[in-house]
Amino acid sequence: MNSPNLLSARASALLVEAKDVWLSFGNTPALAGASLSVTSGEILAVMGPSGSGKSTLLHCLAGIFTPHRGEVWFNGERLDTLADSRRTELRRTAFGFVFQFGQLVPELTVADNIALPLLLNRARRKAAYAKASAWLPRLELDGLGGRRTGELSGGQAQRVALARALVARPKVLFADEPTGSLDTLTGELVMNLLVGLAREEGTTVVLVTHDARVAAYADREVMVRDGQVVNRAELQVEVTR
Amino acid sequence: MLASVTVPLTLLGLLEREPSHGYDLKRDYDAYFGRGKPLPFGQVYATLSRLARDGKVIGGEAEPGAGPDRKPYAITELGSKEFDSWLSLPIEPEPHLQTVLFSKVVLALMLGRPAETYLDAQRAAHVQRMRELTEIKRTGGLMDTLLADHGLFHLEADLRWIDVTSARLTALAEMVRDS
Repeated sequence: MNSPNLLSARASALLVEAKDVWLSFGNTPALAGASLSVTSGEILAVMGPSGSGKSTLLHCLAGIFTPHRGEVWFNGERLDTLADSRRTELRRTAFGFVFQFGQLVPELTVADNIALPLLLNRARRKAAYAKASAWLPRLELDGLGGRRTGELSGGQAQRVALARALVARPKVLFADEPTGSLDTLTGELVMNLLVGLAREEGTTVVLVTHDARVAAYADREVMVRDGQVVNRAELQVEVTR
Repeated sequence: MLASVTVPLTLLGLLEREPSHGYDLKRDYDAYFGRGKPLPFGQVYATLSRLARDGKVIGGEAEPGAGPDRKPYAITELGSKEFDSWLSLPIEPEPHLQTVLFSKVVLALMLGRPAETYLDAQRAAHVQRMRELTEIKRTGGLMDTLLADHGLFHLEADLRWIDVTSARLTALAEMVRDS
């Protein structure tokens, strides 16, 4: 049965779309006709076994990889044929990213790392740090603004990465195995914050995971297998009792 | 051995392949699903009698000179419909479903049905139930969280079995076809 969240999400506007996307690395096919739609405000989990192409699909949706065939659309704009400069601008202003390992700058402080996307968008330094500081309590990072990120625990580092991904108020958050390096309880804390903040901010989330417990936080999930998307919405989910 | 509720449906599945005698049904059942706990002859014939009474199978005349176990059975349209429905609908997600899922996968492969689609549908039903339990955790107290965790970990174990079985379908199909 579809959840009310899912039904309302489907009724809203299409924000991200891949149409028949193909991509190979050398002779190794990674995507073989993958198609996917994400509506505005939706939290979508992309699941699949290792090597299925799910991370490659995320990178195509985010304009990091360019498919050899097919189309990628974002907010009515065709992403895969855009000039590099425009794609870079979109990645900086409209997209946020969280990866398995936070990819923070270890020599910089927590506040520096969170303020970084704003500074890259040419925000004034004082305003950028004020916004960064405002995110600390929302991620249960009070008092850690001056700490170097190299000194943080895995869970703290992932929360900083989440703040950094959301501080510029992106339209889409791309999260690739965001809890992959965390223990169960720490992973739950990160997922609760990720989903809660995304809903508060109205941010669309594309969440790549192999973990069904993480996927269960999403409104909907799709399965990637052999470079193609199996659309679960079309599958029978009514059950026999 | 499978849960008793599955025995009639499994026998229907074996009859969906081809009409068969009680003895052959028992032999095939034991080979694929008995796993060291053979189905008693008495249960085979009692089950076939009930299925015949309910119009799901039809029993022919016993072959001349043969014992009662040489009576042939064939599945009816009603029986075929019931089997199809059971095979294609996901089971209510709850722990310890592996044996029922196992019989569905083997029967689907035996009959050339889309086992992968059935597993995908079951996976979707499992994740849907996990979503409900996750929401309980997000909104409930600590006791609710502990109970939901118990369900989530067991469903996750089922899902792992589903994923591994999906990855082994090609080899399993070959084995079922060759045996």
